[in-house]
Amino acid sequence: MARVLINLPSRAKRGEVIEIKTLIAHPMETGYRLGPTGVVIPRDIINRFVCTYNGEEVFRAELFPAIAANPFIAFSTVATESGELAFSWTDDHGQTQTEVRQITVE
Amino acid sequence: MRVLVLAVVTATVVAAAAAEITPGDRRSGYDFSGPETRAMQDDDTANPGMLGVLQGETLWARKAGAADRSCADCHGDPRTSMKGVAARYPAFDPALARPLDLEERINRCRSEHQGAEPLAWESEDLLALTAFIAHQSRGLPITVQTDAELRPFFDLGGELFHRRQGQLNLSCSQCHDDNWGKRLAGAVIPQGHPTGYPVYRLEWQSLGSLQRRLRNCMIGVRAEPYEYGAPEAVALELYLMERTHGMPIETPAVRP
Repeated sequence: MARVLINLPSRAKRGEVIEIKTLIAHPMETGYRLGPTGVVIPRDIINRFVCTYNGEEVFRAELFPAIAANPFIAFSTVATESGELAFSWTDDHGQTQTEVRQITVE
Repeated sequence: MRVLVLAVVTATVVAAAAAEITPGDRRSGYDFSGPETRAMQDDDTANPGMLGVLQGETLWARKAGAADRSCADCHGDPRTSMKGVAARYPAFDPALARPLDLEERINRCRSEHQGAEPLAWESEDLLALTAFIAHQSRGLPITVQTDAELRPFFDLGGELFHRRQGQLNLSCSQCHDDNWGKRLAGAVIPQGHPTGYPVYRLEWQSLGSLQRRLRNCMIGVRAEPYEYGAPEAVALELYLMERTHGMPIETPAVRP
């Protein structure tokens, strides 16, 4: 499991625009670099990020090799109702890591 | 003739003394960074160095070695036991009769008290533990000691700082004392105050130690870099920390 930092308000007013910030530890190896022996280091990046809010997709991003290691993604959404936000990162190996955070909407 | 020599010597001494940065003029590398880099450091959820701190927290509680003990088993709550520790390193080790930097101290602790293998220099785990420990001192002033026992090591560090070396024949002080604030190609020359190590360097895309940074600079002037843990490297660290005396720890800092 990669280390993840997620920052979002735990409480929000209904209809309020909330900012969500995510940071995940990942080398984001481009596939263009040569290793010490001159052999290409195989590409290994997170290529997809999805955020769902109570099951509904609210944000999605495709990532490419030019994105630096430990990708930081910040976005906003509207607080509609209490529930959970799920964050999923998928890498080149097809592995998906999902983190869930709760939000209370008043 | 003798008068002339004396005059030249005096002029050199005056020039050297004037080159030292006065306390009021000292500025952290943070002040030379761009607004985006500063914003990244200021926000703990955007600072990628915090991923290392997070990992260090896990390692702090993990049992290791023949003694099957974790850092926490001896040192307890790091928020109290490790507060201010990083601000005092490199510190003198009586058993080895030489200064140890924080990374070496962690590894000594591992081999002596945990019965564990020392962590490799610049390994993710060592950087993470160091960052976690140094993070406990964030905001505290650097108060490294350079008294009796450490004086020869401090003097060696100072000598190395002012010694010209490499194919470019440059000393550390020629850039960082005499020409800070000016540009070296596209980059601003900082004053070289190690306030935020281990630092997350955007160029490295990872955390790195002060020794790695020193090696970078030495490669830059085309000198042969000191090995990790070399006495010269630790002496230079000690000199730099004393030169930074009183400035607050920023770990994990973000630098371009």
